[in-house]
Amino acid sequence: MNNINNSMTMRIKALSVNESFARSAVAAFCVQLNPSIEEIGDIKIAVSEAVTNCIVHAYGYGEGEMSITVELYDNTVAITIQDFGKGIEDVDKAMQPFYTSSPEDERSGMGFTVMNAFMDKLEVISESGQGTSVYMEKIVGKEAEVKC
Amino acid sequence: MKVLHTTSYNLLTIALQGELDECCAKTVRSELDSIFATENYNAVVFDLSMLEFMDSTGIGVLLGRYKTLASQNRPVYITSPNTNVDKVLKMSGIYSIMTRIDR
Repeated sequence: MNNINNSMTMRIKALSVNESFARSAVAAFCVQLNPSIEEIGDIKIAVSEAVTNCIVHAYGYGEGEMSITVELYDNTVAITIQDFGKGIEDVDKAMQPFYTSSPEDERSGMGFTVMNAFMDKLEVISESGQGTSVYMEKIVGKEAEVKC
Repeated sequence: MKVLHTTSYNLLTIALQGELDECCAKTVRSELDSIFATENYNAVVFDLSMLEFMDSTGIGVLLGRYKTLASQNRPVYITSPNTNVDKVLKMSGIYSIMTRIDR
């Protein structure tokens, strides 16, 4: 097992053109822990979901920034994605599968469900008007079980 | 992100190439809708062999197109997703309405 302790933080504009960059940057940083291709794929999609939420919901496609921190401990990747947008009124409701606050935009309502299924731990802290912080962990370098 | 299409024997095949996320969802949606409006077909296959990445925004795009096609009695199939794309498709339950066929 690896025993690297490392971290990085980036702060980027909440623009959809940055989605691909955000998930690729996080994935590239995680490579130090020798994740499998499937684990990298899981991390990329979870990051993509959280970043999409920032762009679409927190800032409603408007101006804003998000902060992405990745910490590496032994065999665990910990990712925190934070925005300073409008926040979530009811986190439990938002986390229900297929719930979406904007069904007219053909949103699937699966964002948090995907994060939950593809990562090993998910915590969402939010308050109306206070932004949202999504914390996720994934154990890598072994065939981690997928909860779906 | 590229949307390619071919029609043969009334089967419209749509090949999605690249990464399908929020960034290109709007364009992909309108490209698909204009293909659906102009081609002659009675069934659709989404060929995902060249789709490198897709998240739940992509699921929303596929479901939205499915609704329209299903209302016209046109069945929709999916073929050749990579492992990660297959995983999110499975999770979403989309295979219960769009059958996976592999050629």
